[in-house]
Amino acid sequence: MFLINCPYCGERDQSEFSAGGEAHIIRPKQPTEMSDDQWAEYLFMRKNIKGIQFERWNHSHGCRKWFNMVRDTSNDKIHAVYKMGEKPPV
Amino acid sequence: MSKNLRIPNNKFIDQTSRISFKFDNKTFYGFKGDTLASALLANNIHLVGRSFKYHRPRGIMACGSEEPNAIVQVGNDASMTEPNTRATEIELYEGLEVTSQNCWPSVNFDLGAVNNFFSPIIPAAFYYKTFMWPSNFWKLYEYFIRKSAGLGKSPTEPDKDIYDHRYLHCDVLVIGGGISGIIAAKIAAKNNLNTVLIDDKNTLGGTTIFQENECFKINNSYSNKWLKKEIETLKSLKNLTIKTRTSLAAYHSYNYLLARENLTDHLDINEKKDKIRQRLWKIRAKKVIIATGAMERPLIFNNNDRPGIMLASSIKKYIDYYGVKCGQKVSLFTNNDSAYETAISLNNSGVIVNSVVDIRDKTNSLIVKQAEKLGIKIHWKSTVVNTNGYKKINSIEIMKLSDDGSNVLGKKIKEECDCIGISGGWTPRVHLFTQSGGKLKFRDEDNVFLPDKTGLDQISIGSCNGDFELDQVIKNSVKLTNKFLKVNNNDFENLEIITSKEIDKKNIWLLPSDKPLGKTKPFLDFQNDSTANDIKLALREGFKSIEHVKRYTTTGMATDQGKLSNMHALGIIAETAGVKMGELGTTTFRPPYTPLTFGAIVGRNVGEFFDIIRRTPIHDWHVENKAEFENVGQWKRAWYYPKDNENMHEAVQRESKAARDSAGILDASTLGKIDIQGSDASEFLNRVYTNAWSKLEIGKCRYGLMLNEDGMVYDDGVTTRLSENHYLMTTTTGGAANVLSKLEDYLQTEWPELDVYLTSVTDHYGTVSVCGPNSKKILSKVIPDLDLSDKEFPHMSFKNALIDNIKCRVMRISFTGEHSYEINIQSSYARSVWEKCYDAGKEFNITPYGTETMHLLRAEKGFIIAGQDTDGTMTPVDLQMDWVISKKKYDFIGKRSLYRSDTIRDDRKQLVGLLTDDPKEVLEEGAQIVAEKNKQPIEMLGHVTSSYFSPNLNKSIALAIVKNGKKMKGQKLFVPMQNKTINVTITDTVFLDKENKRLNA
Repeated sequence: MFLINCPYCGERDQSEFSAGGEAHIIRPKQPTEMSDDQWAEYLFMRKNIKGIQFERWNHSHGCRKWFNMVRDTSNDKIHAVYKMGEKPPV
Repeated sequence: MSKNLRIPNNKFIDQTSRISFKFDNKTFYGFKGDTLASALLANNIHLVGRSFKYHRPRGIMACGSEEPNAIVQVGNDASMTEPNTRATEIELYEGLEVTSQNCWPSVNFDLGAVNNFFSPIIPAAFYYKTFMWPSNFWKLYEYFIRKSAGLGKSPTEPDKDIYDHRYLHCDVLVIGGGISGIIAAKIAAKNNLNTVLIDDKNTLGGTTIFQENECFKINNSYSNKWLKKEIETLKSLKNLTIKTRTSLAAYHSYNYLLARENLTDHLDINEKKDKIRQRLWKIRAKKVIIATGAMERPLIFNNNDRPGIMLASSIKKYIDYYGVKCGQKVSLFTNNDSAYETAISLNNSGVIVNSVVDIRDKTNSLIVKQAEKLGIKIHWKSTVVNTNGYKKINSIEIMKLSDDGSNVLGKKIKEECDCIGISGGWTPRVHLFTQSGGKLKFRDEDNVFLPDKTGLDQISIGSCNGDFELDQVIKNSVKLTNKFLKVNNNDFENLEIITSKEIDKKNIWLLPSDKPLGKTKPFLDFQNDSTANDIKLALREGFKSIEHVKRYTTTGMATDQGKLSNMHALGIIAETAGVKMGELGTTTFRPPYTPLTFGAIVGRNVGEFFDIIRRTPIHDWHVENKAEFENVGQWKRAWYYPKDNENMHEAVQRESKAARDSAGILDASTLGKIDIQGSDASEFLNRVYTNAWSKLEIGKCRYGLMLNEDGMVYDDGVTTRLSENHYLMTTTTGGAANVLSKLEDYLQTEWPELDVYLTSVTDHYGTVSVCGPNSKKILSKVIPDLDLSDKEFPHMSFKNALIDNIKCRVMRISFTGEHSYEINIQSSYARSVWEKCYDAGKEFNITPYGTETMHLLRAEKGFIIAGQDTDGTMTPVDLQMDWVISKKKYDFIGKRSLYRSDTIRDDRKQLVGLLTDDPKEVLEEGAQIVAEKNKQPIEMLGHVTSSYFSPNLNKSIALAIVKNGKKMKGQKLFVPMQNKTINVTITDTVFLDKENKRLNA
């Protein structure tokens, strides 16, 4: 059970959060101009990395805010959390 | 029985308070502080159960959670009885009743023991191999196998005990109250760290607390005396919480741990009542110190499972701690020094020690020399090749070992005994460490797996970290704890420690016998009856992975999870397969460490607290008016209101007819309600719904359909524009929470520039829906001031109104196709408005209707229910709802997906209406639809999604999704059922009032 440091509320139990998949996938501004393949790439294709992964999380049973997380999926270590719109740490 | 098995003047057991208990319906006596096991042993009872497969007599073997044999059924009450409880962990209390398991008619005469004679033909995987053929006989086999499977009896009625959950946060959690745990807890607490020390026993001190041996001294006193003083000082430390009778069950990532505290299990039967029985602690610790110690290994030799064969260290605990002699003439069998401690303890208590059989050539450690000085005979370089005695051991046979240890030589010596203590070395309890994700390393010199790498803030200290000698244990525990906590405690400096050091080590996983292996029974897993032969058979049959061998032979799969058997299984596999143990690895240790009761797991979440129950503000009225309820998510919704013995069908037919003929009233409070405000609210709705919103006038309502980004229908509902920048959105009952979080997601992550605020107001308003041709008359009685003319208040519009000076919102919207109104009012007034409408409607036979009638009425009109007629694969085009998709809007959620190659296919499954040829025949929801009769195999074209008998049309109607259904109107199809095939015709989805005349009736 993770202990997640919500950027708005601080450390809270994982049970207060929900995971929202891969981060930094921006919804296309002009979807109509996209081919089926390009749209499918945005819509369906997600990475499943063993190692450092950038993820979206929502403090669903708390402040309801979405934020980003850098997590190592091989050992569940959370390396960073940062607000939506902020640049991912290098 | 034999009173002389108790040693008088014991320090730990109060021999003045006698306790009576029942074992297999016979009354026995023990003392306060006894475990069931020690009390039984004091009554000279070793035989307590039968093994799982061969029904061999089995006795108490250990003194703690690793006990494989002595598992018993506690209690006989249908709601409180508990199977598979370890006799070594049950604290004796007045009124305790236990029975032995897996035997019939009794543990002393068990008919199942006939299996033992057949054991040569019941090898590993016997059941898999034998009952495969003929395959249709399985039903017969299963009946008999099920009867003989399983250990113990489950309770048949709900548990009456109370269980509890609590959270605990601490700086340092120390697991294990032995000598190293006590040292660590003291260091932590004295350095102002909020510390919790837990131990599964009823007292602290581990095995050191009863260690009174010349070879183990601290500052010139026995090690137990020193430790006792340390425990006294612990009690005065402010920052320390000590929890005994608390067993750590699970160690998860981020130092999240679960521990079970026993609160009443040790109390007399009449003191248990109305108290919390067990509490599950959910612990979040900044740092964790594991000090769980080690457990003794058995030795694997021929017939090593007879009652009276026990772990040497357990015999020592029974004599030194409980004051119980496990036998009168005891032999010991060992490959290491610790059995000598037992020999000395027994000797000092006046028990005859026949001899120590030691597989080593010779050794000269302090403790061995002391044993020799006491005149204890030692058979060096020898092994036990057989044991005798069916229900209790009566003799052992000893032979010399060959130089390489693979064979036995010379003359067989027979030694009479009534108990034998075996010791195969020590296994660190690394279970919790590996549960937490830690990786192990193997130490070859004494064949132990030790904690290695971990990603968590934790350490292992003491013998669970591979330190087995007193001075090492103390020094390393102090050193590691100081370093881990970044403190510099010097309480334990300059201790004068005397300890016997083990000099010679030797290990043979499977000890040889004078008989060939096939003729012997060297048991590995005592509870599941798997022998070394079974492991070898599995390897011969091609199993290589330890995980496969485990499952094939069931070694380590019993309720003890192989605590004693795993290391030997690994050793024998490694030896036979010629690989190194370190490379072979271990099986996975999973939580819980010892079994948890279901009660402890669920805590208070039983009965009505199992899940949250949501009730509408009008709920009590429905109850008073005899409604039947339906669960919709967490909501309780009125399903139908049976009158005078009506069944559901009759009630629904009556309610449906009344709603169309005159008036009906529905509690719609459960619909999700989201308050949307902000200067960009219209733009936001434009982006989330398929249709256009910017031109919706203030005071008007509009139906909206929400898609997922993949173009599939997600939810629907009516949204009302309350003012320029203020909307009230409704969602389906089940979809409310998901819709809100989806909208928040887009707002926060994709469109943060939009000035929009979302608030869930589902619970804040109650909703009363009045429908039917007389609804206007009823409403005019309830709110006389409101102009209800079609011109002033047309369909799909809203008005603010007052009922008894309370503000409410009235929407003229309809889910039934009838002229209808929905009144939204602050929840606390909802029931009174409901009653007002009901009273006003009495003259029009206003009829309360539930969800079933609502579903029927909307189906007559062909209105979909998202989630019933859609299943996440339906686009609005599939639903024949093209009209709801704006052609002008550049973008909305899911738009681009509506013209992907897959979503524009003509032959997708589409929503259609179905009429049965026989109008009385009602289709089953979920029934499959095919194009031809009596053909196999045949393509399934689709299935029925909604089906009812319509009293208003006097015929059966249904909605269905059918491949290419749009183009098939008028076509005949078939619905094959188990006993018949039903003929149906595809129709339009709207069955009643296609012109929508009733809306303005």
